[in-house]
Amino acid sequence: MLTLNCPYCGIAADETELSPGGQAHLKRFGPGSSEDEFEGYLFMRENPRGVHFERWRHSNGCGKWFHAARCTSTLEVFGTYSAQTVEPPAELRKTISEKRPGWSWGEFS
Amino acid sequence: MSTRLANGGRLVNRDRAVSFSFNGKQMRGFEGDTLASALLAGDQMLVGRSFKYHRPRGIVASGAEEPNGLVNLGSGDMFEPNARVTTTEVFDGLQAGSQNHWPSLEFDVGAVNAKLSRFLPAGFYYKMFIHPRPLWKHVYEPFIRQSAGLGKAPKDRDGERYEHFYAHVDLLIIGGGIAGLVAAKAAIGSGLRVLVVEQTAAWGGRAPVDGAEIDGMPADQWVAQTVAELDAAENIEMRTRLMGAGVYDHGYVLGYERIGDHQPGASLPKHRLWRIRAGHVLTATGAIERPLSFAGNDVPGVMLASAVRDYAVNFGVSAGDRTVVVTNNDDAYRTALVMKEAGLDVPAIIDARDGGAGALGAEAEAAGIRVLKGKGIAKVKGGKRVTGVATCAMAGEGTPQEEIACDVVAMSGGWSPVVHLWSHCGGKLLWDEHHAFFRPDPERAPTGAAGEAFVSVAGSANGAMALANVVVDAAAQGVAAVKAAGGKAAKVAVKAEAEDMAAMAPVWMMPQGAKYELRTKMWLDYQNDVKVSDVQLAAQEGFESVEHTKRYTTLGMATDQGKLSNINGLAILSDALNQPIPQTGTTTFRPPYTPISMGAIAGEARDTIFQPLRKTPMHEWHDAHGAHWEPVGHWRRAYCFQQPGESVEDAVQREVKNTREKLGLLDASTLGKLIVKGPDAGKFLDMLYTNMMSTLKVGRCRYGLMCSENGFLMDDGVVARLSEDTFLCHTTSGGADHIHAHMEEWLQTEWWDWKVWVVNATEQYAQVAVVGPKARKVLQKLGGLDVSRDALPFMGWAEGEIAGIPARAFRISFSGELSYEIAVPANYGQAFWDKLIEAGEEFGVMPYGTEALHIMRAEKGFIMIGDETDGTVIPQDLELNWAISKKKEDFIGKRGQERVHMTDPDRWKLVGLKTVDGSVLPDGAYAVSEGSNANGQRNVIGRVTSTYHSPTLDRGIAMGLVKHGPDRMGERLEFPKVDGTSVHAEICDPVFFDREGEKQDV
Ligand SMILES: [Zn+2]
Repeated sequence: MLTLNCPYCGIAADETELSPGGQAHLKRFGPGSSEDEFEGYLFMRENPRGVHFERWRHSNGCGKWFHAARCTSTLEVFGTYSAQTVEPPAELRKTISEKRPGWSWGEFS
Repeated sequence: MSTRLANGGRLVNRDRAVSFSFNGKQMRGFEGDTLASALLAGDQMLVGRSFKYHRPRGIVASGAEEPNGLVNLGSGDMFEPNARVTTTEVFDGLQAGSQNHWPSLEFDVGAVNAKLSRFLPAGFYYKMFIHPRPLWKHVYEPFIRQSAGLGKAPKDRDGERYEHFYAHVDLLIIGGGIAGLVAAKAAIGSGLRVLVVEQTAAWGGRAPVDGAEIDGMPADQWVAQTVAELDAAENIEMRTRLMGAGVYDHGYVLGYERIGDHQPGASLPKHRLWRIRAGHVLTATGAIERPLSFAGNDVPGVMLASAVRDYAVNFGVSAGDRTVVVTNNDDAYRTALVMKEAGLDVPAIIDARDGGAGALGAEAEAAGIRVLKGKGIAKVKGGKRVTGVATCAMAGEGTPQEEIACDVVAMSGGWSPVVHLWSHCGGKLLWDEHHAFFRPDPERAPTGAAGEAFVSVAGSANGAMALANVVVDAAAQGVAAVKAAGGKAAKVAVKAEAEDMAAMAPVWMMPQGAKYELRTKMWLDYQNDVKVSDVQLAAQEGFESVEHTKRYTTLGMATDQGKLSNINGLAILSDALNQPIPQTGTTTFRPPYTPISMGAIAGEARDTIFQPLRKTPMHEWHDAHGAHWEPVGHWRRAYCFQQPGESVEDAVQREVKNTREKLGLLDASTLGKLIVKGPDAGKFLDMLYTNMMSTLKVGRCRYGLMCSENGFLMDDGVVARLSEDTFLCHTTSGGADHIHAHMEEWLQTEWWDWKVWVVNATEQYAQVAVVGPKARKVLQKLGGLDVSRDALPFMGWAEGEIAGIPARAFRISFSGELSYEIAVPANYGQAFWDKLIEAGEEFGVMPYGTEALHIMRAEKGFIMIGDETDGTVIPQDLELNWAISKKKEDFIGKRGQERVHMTDPDRWKLVGLKTVDGSVLPDGAYAVSEGSNANGQRNVIGRVTSTYHSPTLDRGIAMGLVKHGPDRMGERLEFPKVDGTSVHAEICDPVFFDREGEKQDV
């Protein structure tokens, strides 16, 4: 039962207020993409022990989607941020580097 | 025999007698008794039978760790299985019955299993059940059925009430013993919201039983004073009978409160589940005494030394007249002294240590108790009750030396901190060599959202065993916890004198070199019948992981959850594997700490408030007019409207006929109504739907399909363009919230720069489908909006007033009839419905339900989401290519539908199915072809997706997905039925009625 801070309404939301949305920062591949690209977009997912970026929706709250960066093994939450971005904010990446030196996730580190 | 002593019993009120029954026998106890203490006061030591061998089982413990005393409570709708006698407070009229015996507790047929114990070794279930199938039916199943199951499943609905309670606190202290109370003192005036919970009815834990002194006063007095002090603190809430059941992520804690359990008829909820969010959790959960492994340690009368003491001091009950104490530590000497002081016999203290005890040893000898050092118990004598013990040298193989008559053996194998709550959410343990136990490793605590340690531990739960250490540790931990929770800690100075105690000596088997014959009589787990020899056998057979051994032997499974059996079992396993205990490790501690009732988990979520129920504005009218309800999502919709004396089937057939011939009304209010607005609304809907929506003209309607990115069809409905930048998207009844969320997801996470706004207006409108040849007539009679063919053509919509009510009429048809779907503001819904019924009388109006709707759409070959689709079907499978744009570069699902598997010509496609004999095909039936697959099953080539009796055609009609179906018109398929016979059907066009659509476009 996690609590995540909704970056929109600013409250610490209980997991019962939230819906999980899987991995964050997927790049959509549509018509014209190769089989590998489309498979990667639709099915291939990170499954890290450690730093992870996820999508959540404050569904029983303000209704907004947001992103969360957290550690899958300790459940530490490094931060939450807008869903309207294609990469984790630099500030957050710095914070994670301080706590988990040498981390990497997908194309980010 | 066990009996009530003339004096004593700090927790019972001797002025208030209560009567209760056990297995039908009337017994008496006092207010404040647990069921266990009251049973013992009535000489009822035998309380059950063990699971596998049906051996007689007596009360062993005095708290939550009790393994044997599980009983059925109450009867009828108040029946409750698996209640623990040690944690059940007795009350007037309580009915209890023992479990797992047949035919009676005293004489049990299953006890013969014990004679077969050689054939029921560790892993017996696994070894046995790989045998051939016939043995199952004739041998295993009858055998298991006879002996399986500890409690009985309740037969009636639970007549009790339960509730959930939410609490948000800065600091939660679990455990109201000395450690918890000392720690709580640090929170006085801290500015924190603090909750202190204790699982039993009394504060103070064990210290008062042990006759301790704190701050120079008797423990009882100190506890009363401290509780009063904490109670007076405004920021601290104190609760008894509230157990910390589980600790979860980010400070979420489940508490289990017993409210009505001990006061039946008080009109209170039975249990309350506390859902607590705590900034910081401090567990002060104490320690549990360990049994010793000696032969016959499961004979009723063999009890934990601390429990024997508890019964005497707390309840004024002697477990027996002659108590032999057997121990590897000083603490058990207190039991000998307590019993002696109560005027009972203590023939001997058998101490496994060569050196014996410290100050307590001298005290015992001064009281005239014989102390045997370096000795152990070779064997316990007795069957249903202890009659004596044979002693032996601790160092030997167990050659009996001396027999001592007794009726109680009070054993102590040392103490283990209760680390369950610490461990639930990932707290790690370290092995304390000196005390021979696992205790919390402060370096590896459970971590919270900020990466901070959110659980800490105080007192004996933290490994501080002697009271002098407990108060010091608890004060320090209390202060640290208050600070961790962000408060200002008060100074805590509590003192207890240090005692002169000798070190305990780990004893995992008694005697040390016990022969096999003795080891097969040493129980590690009383509840699951696991013995020392079973664990050794498991190790021999290669089970090296403690988790595997647990499952193979069933050690510490079920309600025990490692409370009594854990360390002893680990030690035996480690010894057999020749490795140190910490290398073996522990099994995982899982919540709840002790079982909590299913009722408490459900809370108030039952009957009408199990989940939200959605009703349309016309619900009450439907209810008053014979509606046969069916659930559709959270909605209730009328399946049909039964007339007096009419069957459901007949009602449905009548409704279809009446609608096709005259006039039908359908409450379509549940249809999802999403308003999509903004400069980019058209562009957005082009991505959402498979067909082109941006080209739709204002005033027109278009049917659309929505797919997932995988290409699978997820919803369908009619879209109306309300204005240049506004669309109204109808969704399926169950789909409105889901599709709304789907739209939001894409708008917020992919195309967040598109200017589109979505509103779910489903409940703002009541919607009535006015259907049938007389539909236009009735609307014209009501007057207002021009509904003529020219003014409002098929697939158009218009706005105005009908019968003075603001309305929007859509000329769309899901039945193939002349049809208007009319939306009015929700609060006009009933009035509009009333007017239609009244005006429609002369035209033969009748309401119709969802089943008639389904039949009429099937007669027309219209698909239904959830019937023709199941999450694996693409629109192309349903011959809906006409609704898939070829011009659009992209839409959600387009790329998915281009995958090889999706374009495979062998995919099953939609066709109509007509049975040769006119009967109705079974729903979901499969069509078979020649031959069979690798599993010997018939090859299948299609399946039925919708099937009805059509009153219009007076025959069975169906739709189905069939391999190469559209190319096989006229072919006959075989559909085997459950009864072994088959029904044959001919492949046909799925449109059974009015192929040209003349009826709807008039
Ligand atoms: Zn929010």
